[in-house]
Amino acid sequence: MSVEPVSCTIKTPVALQIGDTVSDLSRPGVYITDITLAEPVNIQEISFKNYYTAYLTVRVQQREDGSVKWVTCLRNHCLMANPHAEAGSHDYFSIYRQQMSAKPDNVMTVRLILRQPSSEWLNFNIEEINIYPCVKEDTEWDVPAWLSTLTPVETSLDLNGLPDPETVSSSIQQMWALTEIMQASQNAASIGRFDVDGSYDVKLLSFT
Amino acid sequence: MMDEGSDPSVTIAQVVQRLKGTHLHSQLEKQAKECLHRPEIKLESLKDDVRRWLKASGWERKLQNAVYRELHILPPHGHPRAPPEHTKEPLAYMRKAQAGWEKRIMKSLNSMCTELGIPLSRKRPVPEQKELTKKWNEMGTDEPDLSKFRPVYAPKDFLEVLIGLRNPNNDRSEEVTVRSHWGLIQVSLNVCDVSQLRETYPELSFTYGQLGIDDHTHVPPVVSAQDSAAAQQYSRQGCPTGLRAQLWTLILNSYSDPEDLTHYEQLKARVIQHDLLVDNLIYKDVKLTASNDDYYFVFEDYLYQVLLCFSRDTSVLEHFNYDSATPPKSSIHSKSGSEQFSVVYPPNGVIPFHGFSMYVAPLCFLYNEPSKLYSVFKEMYIRYFFRLHSISSHPSGLVSLCLRFERLLQTHLPQLFYHLREIGAQPLRIAFKWIVRAFSGYLSTDQLLLLWDRILGYDSLEIVAVLAAAVFAFRAENLMEVTSLASAEAVLADLSTLKVMPLLQIFLFATAV
Repeated sequence: MSVEPVSCTIKTPVALQIGDTVSDLSRPGVYITDITLAEPVNIQEISFKNYYTAYLTVRVQQREDGSVKWVTCLRNHCLMANPHAEAGSHDYFSIYRQQMSAKPDNVMTVRLILRQPSSEWLNFNIEEINIYPCVKEDTEWDVPAWLSTLTPVETSLDLNGLPDPETVSSSIQQMWALTEIMQASQNAASIGRFDVDGSYDVKLLSFT
Repeated sequence: MMDEGSDPSVTIAQVVQRLKGTHLHSQLEKQAKECLHRPEIKLESLKDDVRRWLKASGWERKLQNAVYRELHILPPHGHPRAPPEHTKEPLAYMRKAQAGWEKRIMKSLNSMCTELGIPLSRKRPVPEQKELTKKWNEMGTDEPDLSKFRPVYAPKDFLEVLIGLRNPNNDRSEEVTVRSHWGLIQVSLNVCDVSQLRETYPELSFTYGQLGIDDHTHVPPVVSAQDSAAAQQYSRQGCPTGLRAQLWTLILNSYSDPEDLTHYEQLKARVIQHDLLVDNLIYKDVKLTASNDDYYFVFEDYLYQVLLCFSRDTSVLEHFNYDSATPPKSSIHSKSGSEQFSVVYPPNGVIPFHGFSMYVAPLCFLYNEPSKLYSVFKEMYIRYFFRLHSISSHPSGLVSLCLRFERLLQTHLPQLFYHLREIGAQPLRIAFKWIVRAFSGYLSTDQLLLLWDRILGYDSLEIVAVLAAAVFAFRAENLMEVTSLASAEAVLADLSTLKVMPLLQIFLFATAV
């Protein structure tokens, strides 16, 4: 299912820190990133690549009947089971509509709250954020007008010694059916040859 | 949490695709056709009757074993948007380190090739092919001049690379601080502590009988049931010596079908046809390691027969789908000279290092048919041994094993660790060679096989790191007295008298937590 992500503007993450951000020696443990959408969207999926974020909270700003309100969809979703260890730190994740506690419909802004309580890491973030809308199932595909006006050609052909098109087409159909069966039963077994036409004279290894 | 990414139907489709076209598939079809003559198969309930018959005649169990084997070597499920290199190794800095290491090995091999004036590969002239075919069973009697060849790398070279691994997103200062890790590995991978290990390895506790301590003579029903998964579970408490060979082939599902025999003969033919530079490295390694070992020198010929064929086996390339390493490549011209083709060198993508033949040597005690020995070794390599010489964040990978060893030691024997560190005898410098070889060549063979029973039983190499820590714990008193790296190494030079299972049991279940 290749749905295109919606266009959005991702703002620079803002750190939440107590005290002066410039002179304070300790690193922030919370970052907030806002993503503004061009138009209200019903969100199906938010996918991203993690970079050392341990917990993620998702809040959305919904427009409903003229008023806007903020709703929490996901609270402290765990991305790294052990915040001090590498597991999950570079993984790709997807948050689906079904996982969210509130329906993310008519969303104007998405706010991602990133937490990393461990002092092991210098930085943390999430990257390659993509938001995918719900696919409408009742979209009607308009048939172009010229398609419906086509009619089959009935004129008889002058064969000139060529075989009858009906027999040719039926035998071609049989061949096509055979190739379909062959393709369907293709297996993963390889032949195992490493040489090219019987020759395997390797001079030097190459670096890509 | 079940999300859309871990749908079992994708796994099922992958396994079915892999099993199609195998010997088992054609055998099942043949059996299904033949059973149609049987009186109990009725036309009205054909599908159910055939299924029932296949189950009763043991064919369903064979299929189960084959599926179980495929699940072991399936690459991990990735996110649909994750690129393939992410599946091999998620951490970018480790991928970079692995690529850098591979480049170094390739440069080293290329320079050896240029210096010696020997091509990486050449076709053997026919008289030479005939000669080799005659001498196939006694290649050990050959005394080629190997003085010019040197191993591409030794484990200690690889250790230096692992020590240099740094996460750019980590703040690691050189001084000993509250947060610092005392050992050589400065990467924060998740490793279990003893209390977690107790939960993972309950079958090793004092309340369970262990083979290697409490030996019985009964034949386990697992063997007659021919069930891979059950055999794997059974192996956690050790295998009886007389049945070990059978049990391991059952766990690995590597039977000597006619298909396997043909495959081995094909590989042998390829060895005869082409001579690879890598062959000389194998010869040198066998001469330097296994031939010098009291237990394994008798198997020298078998080792050549297995390792030379292993280098030509392109099916080994599949494991690169779930290994962080990438096979070395080269390009050769077509016969007409007009096109260039990219080929993998050696054909199996694995460049042997110093000590590689020790992965095969212990198996010679179990199997005396080269084709069977070969298929068991190959399966063990693509499931476990490959993790011992590549840089990855996998829990059974070498980096995790080294870190686990160091953390266990630091947590449970802090005085010993600190003392060794102060005298310049970092414990990993001594234990690394044991871990890389999974203790092959260091323990006596019967003890080694008991350890490898558990590697198979728990489907993980973690136990190797635990044993390394247990050995240090056992010799802790002597080690506290030493004052240099050389004397520490002397204390731990001879492990041939150690009994593996009591050491593991005491370390895991008698250590104060």
